[in-house]
Amino acid sequence: MAKLTIADLKKIKDEYRANQTLREGAFTVKVTVHMGTCGIAAGARGIMDTVMADLAASGRKDVVITTSGCAGLCSKEPMMTVERSGDSPVRYVALTPDKTHRIFAEHVMGGTAVKDFALVAGHETTY
Amino acid sequence: MEDISLHILDIAENALRAEARRIEIIVTREAGEDLLTVEVADDGKGMDAGTLSRIRDPFFTTKGKKTGLGIPFLAQAAEQAGGELSVLSAPGKGTRVTARFRLSHIDRPALGDLAGTVLTLIAGHPEVDILYEERDGEAVSRLDTVEIKRELEGVPISDPAVLQALRATLASEFILRTRDKS
Repeated sequence: MAKLTIADLKKIKDEYRANQTLREGAFTVKVTVHMGTCGIAAGARGIMDTVMADLAASGRKDVVITTSGCAGLCSKEPMMTVERSGDSPVRYVALTPDKTHRIFAEHVMGGTAVKDFALVAGHETTY
Repeated sequence: MEDISLHILDIAENALRAEARRIEIIVTREAGEDLLTVEVADDGKGMDAGTLSRIRDPFFTTKGKKTGLGIPFLAQAAEQAGGELSVLSAPGKGTRVTARFRLSHIDRPALGDLAGTVLTLIAGHPEVDILYEERDGEAVSRLDTVEIKRELEGVPISDPAVLQALRATLASEFILRTRDKS
């Protein structure tokens, strides 16, 4: 078993519990990095790394990160979708770490979608 | 795919789509045999014989799109490096993907950022258990999220502080990458 020392884990547990009173318990933002074969080949893991690093730096506890499969727009990978509770999900395309930093700061943290990089905000059905 | 770690992530994502609860990733370096073996085993829903017979076809997929390139890419990478791909699967029994490469083959992809792949899986799917093991001769390094979750006593494994500690552990205790070509 890898050496993740008991002291490390105890410190993490103590800090987590000390901050627990500040938590609301529910996630308010969900970030989905598209991790199909196309996404991975285009650099999705680097986008995931960027989101993880920004989340760690932010100290936010109400943001959940996950991955999904191919969304059928392989030529626009890497992509991610940001969903704030109460708002329409926004899908971002052709990402780079720099674009991802900006999306994290302005949309995940600030609540304003970054229109420059968005594919579509919500959708409508026409007949 | 640029390197082996990205192939592993891709195959593990297949396991997630197959509703795996546990994914085991084992990378074995056997210098004496000139062999590098990568195994990704899951307990997902598995495939029937008809599906299994078609997975190397790049125009076969079960995911409602037109192509299915993950397995064909990995098969090609293994074969061009003097190795082979084998996939064992049965409905309800999960799937085991094994890729073998000649370790010294000029066309073998580098291992790449194996830690990055493991962390991406843990961070994105904390509810799924991940075993990551590296073997090199007698040396074995092992990280099992079941054991870590037990120690964490309810603190989420996807908490950024935990992920940072795991990243440090992967960097210091798992050294196959440092013995690999860059």
